[in-house]
Amino acid sequence: MTVYIFIVLAVLAIASALAMVINKNVVNSALFLVLNMVSLAGIYLLLNAQFLAIIQILVYAGAIMVLFLFVIMLLNVEQEEKLFDKFRVKYFLAFLLGVAVTGQIFYSLAGVTDMLPEISDKMAAVGTVEAVGDVLFTTYLLPFELTAILLTAAVVGALMIAQHKIKRTEEI
Amino acid sequence: MLENYFPILVLAIVAIVLAIVLMTLSRILGPFRPNATKLNPYESGMDPVGEARDRYSISFYLVAMEFIVFDLEVVFIYPWAVRYLDLGFGTFIAMMIFIIMLFVGLLYTLKKGTLDWELNNYRG
Amino acid sequence: MSPGGFELFSLLYIPTWVAVLAIGLFSYLNSAAILVYAERRVASFIQNRVGPNRVGPAGLLQPVADVVKLLLKEDVTPTHGYKVLHAVAPMIPVITALMSVAVIPFGEGLYVTDINAGVLYILAVASLGVYGVTLAGWSSNSKYSLLGGLRAAAQMISYELPMGMAVASAVLVAGSLSMVEIAASQEYLWNIFINPIGAVIFIVAAFAEANRTPFDLVEAEQELVGGFHTEYSGMKFGMFFLAEYMHVFIGSILITTFFFGSYHLPFAGYWLPELSPLLKGVLDVSVFSAKVVFWCFVFIWVRWTIPRFKYNQVMKLGWARLLPLSILNFMIIAAGLYIYHNVL
Repeated sequence: MTVYIFIVLAVLAIASALAMVINKNVVNSALFLVLNMVSLAGIYLLLNAQFLAIIQILVYAGAIMVLFLFVIMLLNVEQEEKLFDKFRVKYFLAFLLGVAVTGQIFYSLAGVTDMLPEISDKMAAVGTVEAVGDVLFTTYLLPFELTAILLTAAVVGALMIAQHKIKRTEEI
Repeated sequence: MLENYFPILVLAIVAIVLAIVLMTLSRILGPFRPNATKLNPYESGMDPVGEARDRYSISFYLVAMEFIVFDLEVVFIYPWAVRYLDLGFGTFIAMMIFIIMLFVGLLYTLKKGTLDWELNNYRG
Repeated sequence: MSPGGFELFSLLYIPTWVAVLAIGLFSYLNSAAILVYAERRVASFIQNRVGPNRVGPAGLLQPVADVVKLLLKEDVTPTHGYKVLHAVAPMIPVITALMSVAVIPFGEGLYVTDINAGVLYILAVASLGVYGVTLAGWSSNSKYSLLGGLRAAAQMISYELPMGMAVASAVLVAGSLSMVEIAASQEYLWNIFINPIGAVIFIVAAFAEANRTPFDLVEAEQELVGGFHTEYSGMKFGMFFLAEYMHVFIGSILITTFFFGSYHLPFAGYWLPELSPLLKGVLDVSVFSAKVVFWCFVFIWVRWTIPRFKYNQVMKLGWARLLPLSILNFMIIAAGLYIYHNVL
C-alpha cells in the first residue's frame, strides 16, 4: 500500500517539478512548485517524518511560496521568453551540467534495491514533534540560537531593501 | 503511525471531488451565453482602463517577507512548547533568548514604520 | 481507531473514524447553509426588520433556494482572465476548510484521526487558504479583484502569526500538539481561565482569518466593490460564499477547542460523575455543539454591530499590537508554567 502511495506521490512530484520548469506563465510555475512541495511533504510522511512533512507545507507552501506569488504579481512579470529561441553557450553548459547531475543521481540510486526502507519503531519515533524538540534544544542548541541571529538579520535585510527604495523616490 | 494519516488522505480526496462536482454541476445547469460586454472586467460601468495586473505597493511584499521570518519563529516554538518542561532551565533560557532576539527585530521593524501603511503611502 | 469509549458505531460494523468523518463533513456543509439563514435572520433582528420569511416555514428553506439560484446562474470568466486559475481558485478555500475536520475531537473518543502534530496540521491547512483569494484576485484581470486579493492575502498571513502564538500558549498548557490531548487536558480547567489574553488574541485573529467584519476590508463594498470575488458568478461565487461560512464555523470550533474546554462542561473533572459511554458521547457532542453555536452567533453579532476598520488600522492592529502582545503572553505563560511545574 505504502509503495503505491509512494509511486503516486513521486510521479506527482516529478511531474509538477517538470511542469514548473517548462511552464511559460510564471504564476503557473509557482503553483506547480506549491504542488511539488505538497507531494514532497507526502513523501516525508511516508518516511515517518511527520513534523517535517507538516512544516514543509506550513513554511514552504504556506509562507515562502506566498512571497514568491506576491513578488510575481507585484512585479508584473511578462511571459517568459521561449526556452530555446536561439543557441547560446550558457544553455549548452547548463545542459551538460544537467546531464552530469542526472547521471550522478542515477549512479547513487543504482545501489538501492528497495524502494522504501523498512521503518522500525525506533525510526518512526524520530519523526515526531517531541523527538525533534528533544534533539533541537539539546544537541543542536547552538545552531538553533544562530538561527535567531540569521532571522533577525533577515528582518533587518528586508527593511534595508525597502528603505533603499523609499529614499530613492524621496530624492526624485 | 502512518495509518493515522490515512483518514486525511481519504478526506482530501473527498474534498477535492466534492469541490469539482459542485463546479461542474453549475456548468451543466447554468446557461452559457457570453458576449463581449458581459465578459468585460467590472470597472464601475466604464470600459476598463489599462491593465489590471500593474505594480502595487511594496508594503504587501514586505508583509510577506516579515511573515516568513516570524512564521519560522512560531514553527521553532512548537517543538519547544511540547518538551520544555522536561528539558531543564538551560533550554528555557535558550528559547527566551531566541524569542527576545526576534522580538527586538520586530520592534525595529515597527520603529522603522515599515509595516505602517500610511507612512509608506506618504513616502511614495 | 479511537481508543475505547464509544462503541456504538462498531456495533454497526463501521469504523468510528468513517462515521465521524461522514457526520463531520455533513455538518460542515450544512453549517454553511444554516449559517447563511441564521446570519440573515439575526441581522434582520438586530436591524429591527423581518428578514427572509417567504420560502418555507419561517423562511427555513431560504438556503436551499439560494443554492438552487447559484447553480442556475451563468458562469462568467472575464476576458484576459486565466480560465483555469479562475476555476481552481474558488475550490481552494472550500477544500482547505473541509480538510480541517480530520483532527477535531467532537467528544471523548469521537474524532476522525489523532495525529501527533494536529495543531500544526490545522495551521498548515489554514495557511494554504491564502492561495484561493490571491489567485482569485490575480486571475480575474480586474483591478478591484487584484487589490482585494492582495489585501486579503496580506491580512490573512499577518493574522496567522498572532494566531499561531496564541495557539502555542494553549499548547504549553496541554504539553502536546495533538488536538485530542488539548481537548482532554481542559477537563478540569478551561484554557481561558489560565490564558485569557491568549484567548482574546485567538478570537480576534479568528475573525481576521475568516475575513469577517470588522476585518472584511477585502470586500469593502465602498472601495473595492466585491473584493477578490468581484468577477465571480454562479457557483464559483457560491464556493467563496460557502467557504466564508465554513470558516466562521471552523473558527468557532477552534475557539471552542483551544480555549473554551472543547467538549467539557466547566470544571467537569471536579463534579461530573462517571457516565455510560453512550450518555457521555451524547453529552459531549451536545456541549460541544452548544459552544460552537454560541461562537457562530458571536461571529454574526459582531458583524452587525462593529463597523469596518481601515486597512492601515488592520495591519497596525495585527503587527504592532497583537503580535507583540501574543509573544509577551506566550513568554509569561511559559515562565509561569515552568515555575509551577519545576519550582513549586
